[in-house]
Amino acid sequence: MLCDLPAHELTRLLKARQVSALEILEDSLKRIDQVDGRPGTLTPGEITAEDQCKVHAFITLTAERARAQAQAVDDKIAAGEDPGALAGAPVTIKDIFTVAGVPSTAASRILANFIAPYSATPVVRMEQAGALVLGKVNLDEFTYGSSTESSAFQPSTRNPWNTERVPGGSSGGSAAAVAAGEGALSLGTDTAGSIRQPAAFCGVVGMKPTYGRVSRYGLIAFGSSLDCPGPLARNVRDAAQMLQVIAGRDRRDSTSANRPVEDYLAGLEGGVKGLRIGLSPDYFRITFPDPANGEYIQQPLPQEIEAAVLRAAQVYASLGAEIVEDVPMPNTRYGIPAYFVISRVEAASNLHRYDGVKYGYRTPKPQTDLRQLYRASRAEGFGRQPKLRILMGMYVSAAQYSAQYYQRALRVRTLIRSDFEQAFDSANPRRIDLLLTPTTPTTAFPMGAVYGDSVLMQYADQLTVPANHAGTPGLSIPAGLAADGLPLGIQLLGADFSEALLLRAARAYEAATASQPSEGYKKK
Amino acid sequence: MSLTLAEVEHIAALARLELTPEEKERFRAQLSAILDYADRLQAVETSDIPPTSSVLPPHSALRPDEPRPGLSLGEALTNAPLTEDDQFRVPPVLE
Repeated sequence: MLCDLPAHELTRLLKARQVSALEILEDSLKRIDQVDGRPGTLTPGEITAEDQCKVHAFITLTAERARAQAQAVDDKIAAGEDPGALAGAPVTIKDIFTVAGVPSTAASRILANFIAPYSATPVVRMEQAGALVLGKVNLDEFTYGSSTESSAFQPSTRNPWNTERVPGGSSGGSAAAVAAGEGALSLGTDTAGSIRQPAAFCGVVGMKPTYGRVSRYGLIAFGSSLDCPGPLARNVRDAAQMLQVIAGRDRRDSTSANRPVEDYLAGLEGGVKGLRIGLSPDYFRITFPDPANGEYIQQPLPQEIEAAVLRAAQVYASLGAEIVEDVPMPNTRYGIPAYFVISRVEAASNLHRYDGVKYGYRTPKPQTDLRQLYRASRAEGFGRQPKLRILMGMYVSAAQYSAQYYQRALRVRTLIRSDFEQAFDSANPRRIDLLLTPTTPTTAFPMGAVYGDSVLMQYADQLTVPANHAGTPGLSIPAGLAADGLPLGIQLLGADFSEALLLRAARAYEAATASQPSEGYKKK
Repeated sequence: MSLTLAEVEHIAALARLELTPEEKERFRAQLSAILDYADRLQAVETSDIPPTSSVLPPHSALRPDEPRPGLSLGEALTNAPLTEDDQFRVPPVLE
């Protein structure tokens, strides 16, 4: 089916007039109809046996809007105009971005009725480039999670490779939609790994760009110093093309980087000859709290995850890269505890705006006092995760605890960043160009297995979160299947604004291994 | 690090968040567990380390201050739960 083709191939066929945008769209809608099941809602009722076999990537399908976009693309082609770099590519948008005239829910009851009056900058850029926006896809409520299970919109998304497993998160709907061939591309966000971890769990490519490379305008904020919009795709070229479209300065986001965007496609096939690719022992062991007694145990990664990374290192060596072992990244182990503090402070600050007055949920119970209106609206509108994060953020930034927690976490963040600075420092005789690591400490875990344990859930992000602290880019690419039949992901991390290099190295691995693009939805 | 119920109630009041008794107890336990975990940061020597609150360059991006159209009044009010005379309607603030 057309919906299993790469986005760049669809655009090529379209421009060659071998297929129309409307045909591509109808094919995607047919796939969605076959595999997605009912969309997430606030009132799901019982989760049936049929529900448990479906993907449930979507919260809102925008088929009519997409038809209008497809017609416009077809009209442009008929008129001999350039339809754009993403012309005809069916895309989904994580429901944490605003899309004008469409519900923009953050997967939360508090925004369930919010119709965005404007579109997020990356969405505008994709639409201007001819992409067909199929709809808004599910996520953990306000992105607060690593499995998509905390969405207020149920049924939450399931992993297309095995629907008893989570798709990862928080961009779980994005990764699942891409893996199942519902949309070739998806726009996600990554605050601690929320693009890379679900990409790894669902066997697709996911990239967190450098902080500021992609505008956050229209992104419903979580951790403002950490949030990065980025692409999910089934292959590296599609991810590069999508990043090319969404990256760049935006006058509506003063934190967007004011530097030219590199050409991510020109050097994509340039290979890795002469590159220094590092391996760090600090990414091959993880620290877990023992659920029995709360003690912290350091343990090696599962053997097949380590083996996937070492196989990739061999591939890179055979392609002419130099593998540098024992790269010290000693502060990796503090990534999660520092994130527990910093992200919660930023989340609490960002969630103060939901007050039941200007937009969003307001308690239907009559209120005679404004403060009580705030308290009741927030109590009824927020789910458990936002409430927990608000309380945590308020606590660790309170005057009497700030030095102990928040200020200390910000200093630890400096140390984490310095690990990256030293590794990539051109004056360091052992400097590397890229670091090769696993993306996640496990493959996709069963639905319900971790949900409810906030500490354990956060562990899914321990190999991805350091790049968010550092602001540096990273991507996850598929690296075969584990014995349980689930995808494995490997991660490449680079210096500030090294996106072109990361994509080139990812492409080299993909080409050398013919790393199977995900085979899509498997019928049970 | 174990929080008391009174501490949970205090931060919930600051956060304008009404909690049920059951939530207070659950959040007290969960916050205590997370803070235990965050306490791992106490083992790091940070006295000479400057904080990083943002990875951005330490200067602000400036642009000319020119008026441009923003959301119209209608657009700004369209998502409001309750409006009156083109304004947001809320319960009394003062006694």
